Order: sequence, then C-alpha cells, then structure tokens
Amino acid sequence: MTECVGHEAHAGAQQRARAAEGRFDVAVIGAGVVGCAVARRFALAGARVVLIEKGADLLSGASKANSAILHTGFDAPPDSLEHTLVQAGRAEYLEIADGLNLPLVQTGALVCAWDAQQADKLAAIEAQGRRNGVQKLRLLGAKEARQSMPHLSERLVQALEVADEHVIDPWSAPLAYLTQAVALGAVFLRHAELVRGSFDGGWQLQTTAGRVEAASVVNAAGLFGDLVDERLGLPRAFQIRPRKGQFVVLDKAAARYVPRIVLPVPTEITKGIVVCPTAFGNVLVGPTAEEQEDRDRATVEQATLEMLLRKAAEIVPALAAIPVTAVYAGLRPATEDKAYRVFVRAEQRAITLGGIRSTGLSAALGLAQHALQLHAGFGGTEHPAPAVPMVRMPNLAECRRRDWQAPEHGEIVCHCELVTKREIVAALNSPVPPGDFGGLRRRTRAGMGRCQGFYCNARLADMTQDLWPVPLAVKAGDAAR
Amino acid sequence: MSATHDVIVVGGGPSGVAAAVELRRRGVRDVVLLDRETELGGATRHCSHSPFGMREFHRVYLGASYGRRLQQEALAAGVDVRTSHSVVRLGDDGELLVSSPHGVSSLRGRRIVTSTGARETPRSARLVSGDRPLGVLTTGALQSYVAFHGLMPFRRPLIVGSELVSLSAVLTCIGHGARPVAMVEANARATARQPLTWLPTLLGIPFHRGAEIVDIRGHQRVESVTLRHGERLSEIECDGVLFTGRFTPEASLHLLGDLGVAAGSGAPLVDQHGRLQNPLYFAAGNVLRAIETGGWAFREGRSVGRAVADDLARPAAAREPVRVHFDAPIKLVVPGLLRSGDRLAAHAFRHFQLRMTRAAAGRITLLLDGIPAWRYSGHWLPERRILVPMPPGAPEAGRISFVFEENA
Repeated sequence: MTECVGHEAHAGAQQRARAAEGRFDVAVIGAGVVGCAVARRFALAGARVVLIEKGADLLSGASKANSAILHTGFDAPPDSLEHTLVQAGRAEYLEIADGLNLPLVQTGALVCAWDAQQADKLAAIEAQGRRNGVQKLRLLGAKEARQSMPHLSERLVQALEVADEHVIDPWSAPLAYLTQAVALGAVFLRHAELVRGSFDGGWQLQTTAGRVEAASVVNAAGLFGDLVDERLGLPRAFQIRPRKGQFVVLDKAAARYVPRIVLPVPTEITKGIVVCPTAFGNVLVGPTAEEQEDRDRATVEQATLEMLLRKAAEIVPALAAIPVTAVYAGLRPATEDKAYRVFVRAEQRAITLGGIRSTGLSAALGLAQHALQLHAGFGGTEHPAPAVPMVRMPNLAECRRRDWQAPEHGEIVCHCELVTKREIVAALNSPVPPGDFGGLRRRTRAGMGRCQGFYCNARLADMTQDLWPVPLAVKAGDAAR
Repeated sequence: MSATHDVIVVGGGPSGVAAAVELRRRGVRDVVLLDRETELGGATRHCSHSPFGMREFHRVYLGASYGRRLQQEALAAGVDVRTSHSVVRLGDDGELLVSSPHGVSSLRGRRIVTSTGARETPRSARLVSGDRPLGVLTTGALQSYVAFHGLMPFRRPLIVGSELVSLSAVLTCIGHGARPVAMVEANARATARQPLTWLPTLLGIPFHRGAEIVDIRGHQRVESVTLRHGERLSEIECDGVLFTGRFTPEASLHLLGDLGVAAGSGAPLVDQHGRLQNPLYFAAGNVLRAIETGGWAFREGRSVGRAVADDLARPAAAREPVRVHFDAPIKLVVPGLLRSGDRLAAHAFRHFQLRMTRAAAGRITLLLDGIPAWRYSGHWLPERRILVPMPPGAPEAGRISFVFEENA
C-alpha cells in the first residue's frame, strides 16, 4: 500500500528551483531561522528574493536545535545590538504570531539561586533586566517561587521571576516566515551550497544547484558564516567556533512538574542548563556548552546525557521517574567574540549576520528588520510593498486545538504525538514541503514521541516513498541488491 | 455527559481481546474494546516468526492472521469492537477521552481494563552516544516495514540485543534481503536460551558478547558503529542499527494521568485480581511486565476479565491495597499489590511473577509479616520468568516482601 502524496508539491519545488534563473534583488544565504526571517522581511518590502540553502530543508543547521524560548533580553549585554534585536524580534513575533497561527506559551521563567552565593547575584540580574527595559521582574523567596512551581527542589534559596520569558514552536515559526516569503514569490533553493561569489556591480553566485544572480547578498549562513564570507571574497572579519549543546527531552508526563522555564544563575562561562516546558508538552533539559572544531557533527554522549538527567532531577526531583523521549545535540555558531557579528559592505552590497548564537530564535525578526534598514543604505532597489499574504501554520502546540481533536482527521498515524494522517498529507503538499525526514518530523512531530517510530516509522516511510533523495527505506526485494 | 458502558477495554492485543471475550461469556452486557490501530492483534500483527494461538485456539497462526482470529472471537462474543480509536486520557472517574477519525469523544466505563502492551526501548531512551542518522530503529518498526509495507530500511544492519525478538529480527532481515553484519550483547551471555542463540553463528553472523556501542557515525544514514569490549575499541561498518528487545510497558496513559506506574518496571501496579490502586481500573498483559508470550498475555487477560466480571457482579468497596516490597536486583513483582478481605471468587494471579535486572545467584525469600512463606535458591538470568506460588493467606498479610540474598 503506497499512499501517494506530496509528489505534486515536490515537482512544484523543482519548478521553482528552475525559476532561480533571472536576477534577484537579494540573495539570502542560509535557511536557518535568521535566513527565513530575512527572506520574509525583504519579500514583504517588495524585493525579489532567493534563499539559498545547502541542506535538503530549512533549519538543517544550528536552527534545528535550540531551547525554543522567546527571550525578553533581560540578561543581554545592555546597549548591545543583540539586546536591541532580541527585543525588536520579540515585539514583532508577538505582533504577527496570531495571524500566522503560531503559539505563545506564556510560561514565564524563574532564575533560580540554589545557594547564598547565587542568591547574591539575583539583585544585579534584576537591575540589569530593568536597565534592559524588562519590567515584569520580581525577586521571590523560595516559598513564593515554589508556589508557582511546587515541584521545584526544596533546596531553592531564592528566585527571580521573569514573567515575560515564553516558549514558542521553534520550527513552525521559521517555516511560517519562509512560507510567507514564498507566497510573495521568493524562491527557496535547496541543495544549493555556495561555491563562489563575485561582485561586479551585481552578484554572481555559483552554487551546487546552479548560478544565481542578485543585486545584493545577505549572509545568514550560521555555522558557515565565516566560510561564506570568504567564498564571497569578502574580508574575513570573524571566525566561527562551534559550540555544541546536548539536550534531553523528557516524556510528556513531566509537563505537570515543569509549568515554567527554570533558568540557572549564569556564570561567566555559560548561561547554564535550563529545564523548560516545550510547546509540544514535553520538558527539555539542556544545553551543554562544548567547544569543538567540527561544524557538521553534533553527537550526543551517554555520560553527558546522564549528567543532564541528574541535573534535571536535582532541580525538579519528580523528574527522576520520568522516561526519556528523545535526545539531541546542536551546534551554536559562536565566534571569538560574544557579540552578534554584523558587517556591512556597502560598496559590495553585502550584509553578514554572523555569530547569532542562542538568541537567534528570539532575535531573527529583529535581525531581518535590521538587515533591511542596512540594505536601504545601498540604494537602488526601491519597490512598492505588496499586500501581506495570509499564511496560517498548522498548530502543533498543546496549548491550542490540535488536529486530532478535530473531526475527519483520517486517522492518527503517530500515536505518541497524536499526529493525524491529514496533518502529514498537508505537510507533504505544503508550499514549502519537507526535504527530508527531519523536515517532516519538524513540520508534524511525527516520530518525535516516546516510541521514536516503533509504531509509525514504517508508515511514514511508505507515505514518503520516492519523495526524498535520502529515503527512509527501499522496497524489500531491492534491499538484496 | 457520555453514556456509561459496563467495561471498556483499552488495547486489542491478546490480553485485551481475551478479557473482553471473557467478560461477555460471563454475562457482562456492554463491553467496548478500543484499539488505536485499524486491526486488532497488537504486537502479534507484525511478529512474523513467533507462532501464536497454540494454547488458546489449538492451532498455529503467524502475524496478522492471529489478529484476525482475535477479531473474530471478539465479534462472535458480542464485544463492541472499535478500531482506529485512540485513548488520549484515562480519567480517575472512569471517563476516557478518545480520538477517532470522527473527532474527539468521551466514553465512561464502570470498569476499565488497560491492556496497552509493550514496546521496545528506542535508542534515545538508551542514551546511546553518537550521531543521529537515519537507519536506527527497533525490531517493531522493522517488522512493520516488512509486514505492512514491503519496505526495508537498511541492508547491512548491526543488531543490538540477544533476546528472542533479536533472533526474530535476524530472520526478518535475512528473509527480506538484508544481511546483519553482527550481533551485539552488552552482557556476558545471550539473553535468549540455547539452542536459539546458536542461530547467528549458524548463519555466519559474528556475535559479540560483553560489548557495547560507544559511538554511531553517519552523516545522513548510518555509516559505522564503534564497539567497546572491555578496553578494546573496534569499528564495524554498517548501514543501520537495530535496537532489539529491552521491552518497556506502553503505560504512558497511566503515567500521564494519576494512575501512576512503578519506578523499576514502568508498569502500573495491580493486585491479585489485576486491579489497580484506583479500583475502577484493571490491567492485564504485557503492560504489566514487558514481556511475556502472546499466549501468556491471552490467559492473563482471560483471568483478569473473569475478575472484572466478578467485581461488577458483587461490588464491594475495595480496600486499600498493601504494596509488595522488594529490592534490586529484583526488577519487578506482579502483582505488586495485594488487597485483603476480598470476596471475589478466585485470584486472577495465582503466582507472583518476578524478574531480575541482571544475572544473579542466591536465595529468594517471600516474607509475610516477617515470616518466610517461600524460599528458593538458584541462579537467575535477566528477563526470565520466575514464578512464586502465592500462599493463600498472602492478601491478609500486613507486610509482604521479597528478599534476595546473593551468594558471596
């Protein structure tokens, strides 16, 4: 039984790829959360946009693994670009989320002090937060803090409540940005690694998916930002130093114990390990911060995962009894400097958005606004702004109605995450269909649950036969060959 | 408000069907059987190598045909069978939230039997190190690929585990054009019994005992696995990793609600009648103790079905149960609760079933109020069934415990 879906959408994507011929106003390099937001912002401004991605899908690099928090910027370096853009990005997210049907889980956060030394630092963190324009901050005694989260360990000494730190869906948001851009005519070019670029009044970009011409470029290449600058022939202004973060995702049974984001008191070295609810009803523990050379390989390590589980149980003892659903690791595009590395080369009509580490999800829309402003300085590409296309994302968040709650959903394919056949078919036929299994998982949550595909993996393989360059499986008879 | 049914059985594998059929046979009128799949049978549907049905139906069925026989039995007995119905929540008051293709509804049962079975522990929950490429899966997933879709996810997998299901996985691979490159068992000896464990050797598949995976490599698909035997590391090229066995109860509904599960086994605790702490709820089959054979689950379902019928016929306020205590290396005891003063006719469980977490030699003693009631010395292997006859007076004891004294 093969359920043929998605082929049409796939063919459509191929066609759009061919449409990359012709000259674009701007080529955005890298379809991470920042690249997607930039593509959207320029498309909304009327520009002809091409988004160049070397992977099979958006979010193939740093953006696929983060802690899904919409930050307030309370702990950002004051008066930094990061601080400004986190707040601008957050403000725009809050403005557009409803229209795009994106969730906002209003959890709030507790910065928890577990000893007197940490408690001493809370006042300074609060002061910094206020200086950063974050108003809803409250120093809470242990008792008060535990009233809002009764399962926090009794070892708690004091906490700073940051009421506006929230949780969002880290994959649907960038997908919504890109979907909106595509609805405005932006071209999303996959499997298109930048080989070389040259500027001669306009950009000639050689990619593994063909040549692209554009008036300007925006480098949002994340973990490869420095290399992309080099390939564009731009001066090398920074160096990526990948920083790995490992995470553990706990079963949905954990959610009742963790209604809020639990942040540690940051040290000089790291923001530390966070225990936080996800929009999907799980609990996330992580990330670690491990420097490494490799930009591609993000491995999980048993000893580290065990440490994260111990840490989670220290913070919320009830979590000790909760099974692990998933583990993952991601790389943050850190550089030799903590700050965002934004560079403008007006004479080459190039903007580099580099070194966007853990706040990328929150700041992406702000970075996009910033890039558009910088680009205005180049002159020469004024367009009338088109009407904003209506885009509604399928909801995956537990706080809103999911498809399994609606009539005629067909059937539930992924039982752990309650993903319906209708949702999977819709994702495969969407304007930006998944380019690989990870992309389907991120769009639907199918296979993301506690059984990790024991029940649905084969069905998904069947539903996606012949769609992807790297299929889940081949015909049993062909396996022998 | 939803209509109230006499009994709702959640899960249509061998134990759930047996419970539902037994309830009907004993005159319970309104028995609803819910299963989230499109057909009954549970895990037996994709197990193409284990024969089922010898004890209960006196003939041998393979894979999906056994499920169809279960379906016939259920329908013939007048069970209201509803497939493609996923239970999303188990309410303390017997109200279930159910999603079906038509949408969401509530069903209420005077009694609920949960027979949700078991599944294998995936790579993530085993915390195995390495990349996370395609081609890492469990036997259940592999067998679904083959049995339902005619697909194969790899050609040269490494097989992790040496339980019965691991050997079934080897046969599934060989029968469908894949060639396992090796079998790996962390323990010093295979979990399954001889002579079955000779199978890999007979097929020329290297069997590494006392070895564990320390790394999985692969950019998109699995490319290689690194094993550690003691101090020695070795790399094996393969295009898939199959994690077999290490079954865990599919008790997420219990865990998500307030019914709860026991820490060591991950299973809901039941008393001698298969009844949970919450007396509206019963459980049977592999959700209690991952795992037993389909035939075992069937008989257990039937016994628990009888107890439920009895409970409905002679309702009495259920007393607070007494917990059965035990320590490592005992992994679980079923039943893990006992209730005194019960007027139900016969126990659904006439034995305590124990399992060990690891190989251990020593003496197991059952203490009732501190007095030894049963004692046996022996050598036990992990995942093997240990049966201890339940003394008639056990449910009346105030303290019940199993003590293991390991040989020095």
